[in-house]
Amino acid sequence: MSHYPANYKQSAVIPLLDLAQQQHGGWLTISAMNKVAEILGMAPIRVYEVATFYSMFNRTKVGKYHLLVCGTTPCRLRGSCDIEEALLKHLGVERNEVTSDGLFSVGEMECMGCCVNAPMIVVADYTKGAEGYTYNYYEDLTPKKVIELVEILRRGESPPPGTQNPDRFNCAPAGGQKTLLCEPKPPPCRDLDAC
Amino acid sequence: MKKSGLRGRGGAGFPSGLKWSFMPKVSDGRPAYLVVNADESEPGTCKDREIMRHDPHKLVEGCLIAGVAMRACAAYIYIRGEYVNERRNLQRAVKEAYEAGYIGKNACGSGYDFDVHIHFGAGAYICGEETALLESLEGKQGKPRLKPPFPANTGLYGCPSTVTNVETVAVSPTILRRGPEWFASFGRKNNSGTKLFCISGHVNTPCTVEEEMSIPLRELIERHAGGVRGGWDNLLAIIPGGSSVPLIPKSVCDDILMDFDALKAAQTGLGTAAVIVMDKSTDVVDAIARLSYFYKHESCGQCTPCREGTGWLWMMMERMKAGKAMIEEIDTLWELTKQIEGHTICALGDAAAWPVQGLIRHFRPEMERRIRERAAMEIEEPMEAAG
Repeated sequence: MSHYPANYKQSAVIPLLDLAQQQHGGWLTISAMNKVAEILGMAPIRVYEVATFYSMFNRTKVGKYHLLVCGTTPCRLRGSCDIEEALLKHLGVERNEVTSDGLFSVGEMECMGCCVNAPMIVVADYTKGAEGYTYNYYEDLTPKKVIELVEILRRGESPPPGTQNPDRFNCAPAGGQKTLLCEPKPPPCRDLDAC
Repeated sequence: MKKSGLRGRGGAGFPSGLKWSFMPKVSDGRPAYLVVNADESEPGTCKDREIMRHDPHKLVEGCLIAGVAMRACAAYIYIRGEYVNERRNLQRAVKEAYEAGYIGKNACGSGYDFDVHIHFGAGAYICGEETALLESLEGKQGKPRLKPPFPANTGLYGCPSTVTNVETVAVSPTILRRGPEWFASFGRKNNSGTKLFCISGHVNTPCTVEEEMSIPLRELIERHAGGVRGGWDNLLAIIPGGSSVPLIPKSVCDDILMDFDALKAAQTGLGTAAVIVMDKSTDVVDAIARLSYFYKHESCGQCTPCREGTGWLWMMMERMKAGKAMIEEIDTLWELTKQIEGHTICALGDAAAWPVQGLIRHFRPEMERRIRERAAMEIEEPMEAAG
């Protein structure tokens, strides 16, 4: 709250709701929203507005590991439907349903900003409360790899986040970078005045 | 900044020097703010993430420089809620900069006080729109405001603010260090500088690469992304600038240059330079239908053309996907996009309309083929119950 001017405490509503969600196993109750309203001196309805507007706030129970698959077109072109189908089949649940042991739930998100490493999932880890909260991207997946990932999580271990393709380093192309390998060439002689 | 010819890297391509000069030269008592738009939610775009993960100090330095240029007292970096690890990294960088005395009181020993704060969202594409971002920063729902009044006049908390994209801010220290002529030496006239291109979709090695503006599209894909899957001739269509711009078919992709003006002339746009490549195995109607669903989901619901229009577009696209339509409905769909475009409070309406327009403009035969095939099938088999 110290980041905002003192007369605009309302700005802190998203960070506070996010914290409340982490402290409560991944979802927000009305009482949590009311408490946030009280802390910030806002009318509760304003907090409800914010909690219902943004897609990262869960208002129903989720699994301890909430798995989110990105389904927008760039990921869809690389097979995100297969990833989601594999997950739902393996865990035996529908979308947004929690497994009977309470460990996993699968949801769909819109573009997660990771399109060159598609398809991907995010694991929101609510097992360790707010201090141990992680929100890791697992990228460059295949249906087989995503099942392996789920089983690693089930054992309580943490798989390495980021790209699961050993041939890639972050967003660089598979097989190594193709830029900055030699002295830069001057720009080719294009018609620079053409518009 | 004006001399370098830098154009906004957030999608609109408005000349940055000009935009930054709209801030008041003399304060009228209200503090001024620089707001950095790190809400990167445009499908296909993942460039700001790279700047924040790997080179956050460029961004922090850029904030200071841009802030001083606009006489701002503080910068708010609005980062999208899903970028948790990137946010933690950026937080570390800001902390390091404070400790080294580069920002905060008496930044860099210049006597100018400048603070940098990181704020985050919670998963809303619409918050990438500048006025929606300001609303979200103020702690409300991210619903865009009407413009005028423009943010440079009434922005964050009612004070003059400028909302800029991460890439634009992060490149400003380099421009000042190397000189505007160096930056303007890349790319064609009016389209100067370098750009981070995110090449995704059906290429052999998708990646994010910083390249010169005005590079031919074919060269960009073949040199950096390993070429289209199955060879260049296997290409069907490309979306050159993130999902909000219309697609271009292979015939246009063969010799188009990647910059603002060339793509505008081809009835598309550079947008965020997120190149989504689709090869011949793609169901292009399905791809655009999924984008229509994206816009329906992300519409804030404030104005009727967008709220109702995006849902209507999606329902029609789903039917077009299966061919469950009449040929005349393609014209209805076109008419619908024209009614949404330009009649909304913010540009999400335009962004929802353009991909569908691109599909109809270039792939109308494909849509008609599906409708005919479906009609032929229904004549042979009993009709399903009317829906």
